[in-house]
Amino acid sequence: MNASRSLRAWLDQRFDWDNLVAPLRKKTVPLHRLSYWYFLGGITFFLFLIQVLTGILLLLYYRPGANEAFESVQYIMTQVQFGWLIRSIHSWSANLMIFTAFAHMFSVLFLKAYRKPHELTWVSGVILLFLVMGFGFSGYLLPWNTLAFFATKVGTEITGQVPLIGKPLMIFLRGGEEVTGATLSRFFGFHVALLPGLATLLLLIHLLLVQRLGISVPPRLEMEWAANPAVKREMKFFPNFLLRELMAWYVALGVLGALAAIFPWNLGVKADPFAPAPAGIKPEWYFLFMFQTLKLLPPKVGFIDGEILGVLAFGLVGLLWLLLPFFERDQPSRSRHWITGVAVFALAYIAGMTVYGHFAK
Amino acid sequence: MATGDQPVMNPGGPLSGTVARRRFVEALLGGGFLATAVAFVYPVLRYLVPPKTSDLGGDSVVAARVGELKPNSGKIFRFGSRPGLLIRTADGNYRALSATCTHLSCTVQYRDDLREVWCACHNGKYNLDGRNLSGPPPRPLEAFDVQVRGDEIFVRRRREA
Repeated sequence: MNASRSLRAWLDQRFDWDNLVAPLRKKTVPLHRLSYWYFLGGITFFLFLIQVLTGILLLLYYRPGANEAFESVQYIMTQVQFGWLIRSIHSWSANLMIFTAFAHMFSVLFLKAYRKPHELTWVSGVILLFLVMGFGFSGYLLPWNTLAFFATKVGTEITGQVPLIGKPLMIFLRGGEEVTGATLSRFFGFHVALLPGLATLLLLIHLLLVQRLGISVPPRLEMEWAANPAVKREMKFFPNFLLRELMAWYVALGVLGALAAIFPWNLGVKADPFAPAPAGIKPEWYFLFMFQTLKLLPPKVGFIDGEILGVLAFGLVGLLWLLLPFFERDQPSRSRHWITGVAVFALAYIAGMTVYGHFAK
Repeated sequence: MATGDQPVMNPGGPLSGTVARRRFVEALLGGGFLATAVAFVYPVLRYLVPPKTSDLGGDSVVAARVGELKPNSGKIFRFGSRPGLLIRTADGNYRALSATCTHLSCTVQYRDDLREVWCACHNGKYNLDGRNLSGPPPRPLEAFDVQVRGDEIFVRRRREA
């Protein structure tokens, strides 16, 4: 006890520590019947930390390169003690993280937490979601198995559909005309250096903004509280909410550990660039709604290719999605509920198309 | 955590039910966290230990072919995952030694001018039986058995007598 007090005094003398952590103490979390949705951002962050940790561990044995990648992952899974578990946790945590990131995003939408002054928090969050999907896409190729090889081939081919910049972009991603060992080298670099750097930076901005601006109070509650301050209910972020958040992390860790141990991630067969694609090739589930949409489009829509139209549409929707908070006016008004409508539609579309894509032949 | 407004402790008396229950819950929570930490840290620690690489080639390797080495010369060969040194002495006999210096594990070489084994890193010297003669090496080099079979020169680890 005495040691921790003198350490605090030491820090306080040098860094004005108490002032530094003061905002953390001032921050509150609004209490209402949907408060538990506030755990999701933190859980996503926790899974990101797991990814960093297990990713560093995998780097101890993984070797990029078309002749070594598959063998090194096989080595991790069969020779290294608990290697199968570390890899399985990395894969499961990646998928859970994308799921919780999506859930976090929709909870922010439905609680209207993106409104002024939180616009940039939303923007940084959506960019983070795109980066996380980039992590998924680049990491999927690294074991160099058949499924990953063809998923990357199709995925980069779709990029190539974009008019003007598509082809150069595809060649940049692939490191050449085809998906080869050069692609693997690039994706490895993106996955372990470029994306982690960008994601860490954006994450810091995102957390700083949340810290600075506080947690948004849902508009209806805000009005109720303004009308009758006696009903206002809040919880201190530190330590009350943080301790609850840590319990949520603990539960997440338990779920993750159980999934990874009971359903270890498969390795599949080594990629052979000259073998025919196996039947039923599909991307990871979080790309499935886009993949299925592109599949459903007719070859020609008017004078434009269906695929190109689809890719352009998704690009445009992504951009609008990023800028969503700027379409809402300051004044709360009954006619501004359309964003919630858009959110309901988007959620239904993504969920519906994902399920459809999963079962479609 | 606040415990409410009722007195919880009676100094000198037996512990009240609330405190005993809290101790129990704290022990349960702490024990649970500890068990979780062990369950997750133990596999990571085991993971960090690299698996033993199998010594490729096992106990015996072909170090060279007959006629490859002139008298008074030496050659480094692969013995498992480490280097070995095959020497053909001036009178035409073969000797084989571990090529890993016993000082700081540099790879040694045969010096035909000295007719000795020499380590370039810290000027350590060994004789052709592997015995350390001068310089920092603390121990002799491990000596191997050499067998010429047909066209090939086999080197094998000495069996413990």
